[in-house]
Parts: sequence; C-alpha cells; structure tokens
Amino acid sequence: MKDGEEATNQELSLVPREKAPWEREQSILDKIQEETDPSFGCIPEKRSLDQHVRFGLINLDKPSGPSSHEVVAWVEKMLGLKHAGHGGTLEACLQAGETQWSPACYH
Amino acid sequence: MVTGVLPLALEDATKIIQVFLLTGKEYVCLMTLHDSVPTTKLLSIMEEFVGEIYQKPPLRAAVKREVRKRRVYYIKDIEIDDRLVLFRVGCQAGTYIRKLVSDIGEVLGVGAHMRELRRTRAGPFTEETIHNLYDVLEMSQAESQEKKEEITRKIIQPMESAFLYVQKIFIRDSAVNAICHGADLAIPGILKLTDGIKVKSTVALFTLKGELVALARALMTSDDIMNKEKGLAAKTVRVVMPVDTYPRMWKAKSSHSSQSLPQEQVQGAT
Repeated sequence: MKDGEEATNQELSLVPREKAPWEREQSILDKIQEETDPSFGCIPEKRSLDQHVRFGLINLDKPSGPSSHEVVAWVEKMLGLKHAGHGGTLEACLQAGETQWSPACYH
Repeated sequence: MVTGVLPLALEDATKIIQVFLLTGKEYVCLMTLHDSVPTTKLLSIMEEFVGEIYQKPPLRAAVKREVRKRRVYYIKDIEIDDRLVLFRVGCQAGTYIRKLVSDIGEVLGVGAHMRELRRTRAGPFTEETIHNLYDVLEMSQAESQEKKEEITRKIIQPMESAFLYVQKIFIRDSAVNAICHGADLAIPGILKLTDGIKVKSTVALFTLKGELVALARALMTSDDIMNKEKGLAAKTVRVVMPVDTYPRMWKAKSSHSSQSLPQEQVQGAT
C-alpha cells in the first residue's frame, strides 16, 4: 500500500472557525415571573406510556443495508405505529453521490 | 456505507421533523485519496474546507442543483495512513460529505472519494443515546407489561429532547390553548425566551412544564421581545399539542366570534 513511508498515527485537528450549535451556550432571558398550574398538562417525562410513544422519538442507529425509508417502515411495523418518520438526510447522503462515485462506494 | 444517528419521530411527533432537518450534524468519514499526498499539503488543503464553503449538490440530490453556502464548523481527529484519511467533521445541515471529500480531492489534484461514513450526531442526538433495530425488536417483544414499559421509556425519548439547541419561547398557561387553536403569539403571552432569536428564525413555543406547544416563526428579535410590551412576537407555523390540553382562557368578543381568535386576546385572560 505504501513504499517506505511511515504512517502517521497521531490525531490531528484543524483550527475551527466557529462554534457548532452544540458547542454554544444558550442563555434564557426572563421577561415575567409566573407559575404554571399543575392541574393540566404534564411534564414530558411523566406522560402515560401511550402518550410517551405518541409524542416520542427514537435515536436509531441506522444499519448500512436498508434505506432510511425501509428502516422507518420496519419500526412502524414492529411497534404497531400508525405513522413514523425519519429526520435527516442520511439516506440522501448515502445515495446522492453513489451514481457518481465508483464501485468503491459499495464495499 | 452510511450508518449512524438517524432520529425517528413517532406518530404525532412526526410534526417536528422539519426541526431535525435544520440541525447541525457531525460525521466520522473515511476518505480514500487516489494518490499519495504529503501530510502538510493535505492538512493545509483540508483547512480551506473549514468555515464557509461553497457546494454544488451532487447529481442525485434531494434539492435543486445550485451552488450554495454551507458551514463546516470543524474538522478534527484526523488520522492518516497513506491514502486513507479518517476524520471527524461537524457541519451545518445540508452539507454533502461525499461532495466535500471529492472537492478536497479535486483541490489536492489527485482526486478522492468517500469510502465510509458514520453520522455521530444530529443536533442533540449523539451515539451516547443511540439504540439499534434489535433494541426496538426487544421492546416490541417484551413479555410483561412492566418490562415493556421499562424498555419503552429507555428507548423512546420525549420529542422535546430534540429542541436542546433550538430557540425557544416559554408561554403562559393562559396562552397555550389559543396557540393550539392556531393563534399567533403576542408579547403579553411570553414569560421567558432564549437569547439570539432573529426575525424569521424558527422558534419552538414551550409551556413552563417544558411541553412543546407549537413551532413558530419569529417576528421579532429576542431584544425586541424583552423591550416591548405588545405586538405579535411569533407566527404559529405548526401546532403539535392537541387542543384543549390546557383550558380555554380567552373570551369571545361577541356571540358570533366565539370560534374566532382575535390576536389581541391571545395574551390570555389572566
């Protein structure tokens, strides 16, 4: 693979230009102080099991074989859901360039 | 092949999918160079791809093929083994990594392609809270109700967790049901908010209990909302909370308008 040249094993990082959203601090501005009435609504973690699913998300590890769309369909079927959807363009990234790029993309 | 973080929204939570699409992403990418390149040259060229970049979407893309600006926040943890280059990249939504790699190859003059890609983050979702399809299968096949509840609560998280890095406005109890009926948000209904809201930015409207009510588009900046006493602060775009979760607090102006929602009453009746 290489002739005589030594592999660089140390990790290198480039100087970042700006902070990613997950590196920024979000601060809260208070306008008015008020309490919320506990007799209606409920904090998200305290929802009934049905509601927890209905207003829920799964952070799924997408396997490499099926498309994102297929994965959604499987989860819908397994859990007996009426509806589910995936957020993100993982599939688009996967398929977008494949026709452009060589068979190397496939293995 | 492409694997990794794919947030799924279930049932009513599918209404918030547009928020996922706007969040920044992080990937670990394995790039193959088509010829050997000195490390210093490789790094200095890759450095040019940190910050604002111009990208033309690939042939088979979900969007119109015109050059657009995208932000690459960082490229780090680079490991080089001759023609194989592994790196971690944090970028704005809609950045095509396969394209980024082929552009790096083009500037290097040797060509390059993306060999493997794993998404390690989508907004607040990282590999720390990730579950695979087998976990979902286990949840669906749980023997007892207790076991099912235990696994379900572990694997499924409330949709509100998607909003960690999204601008938010917290509203009064008395404004909630009006918003659920589609009213826009006026300043008197606002209790607190995140800083940095700009006009037209997507904001999420939350209750003080931390429940998501609706997605909205800001009509004022954070500073304006803090300084002003009246006026519309956000236009409701997508209501997520079912109507009448909170009591109806606005008064009808006349017997005929009981179904209509005059803007000035959105502030609630308290």
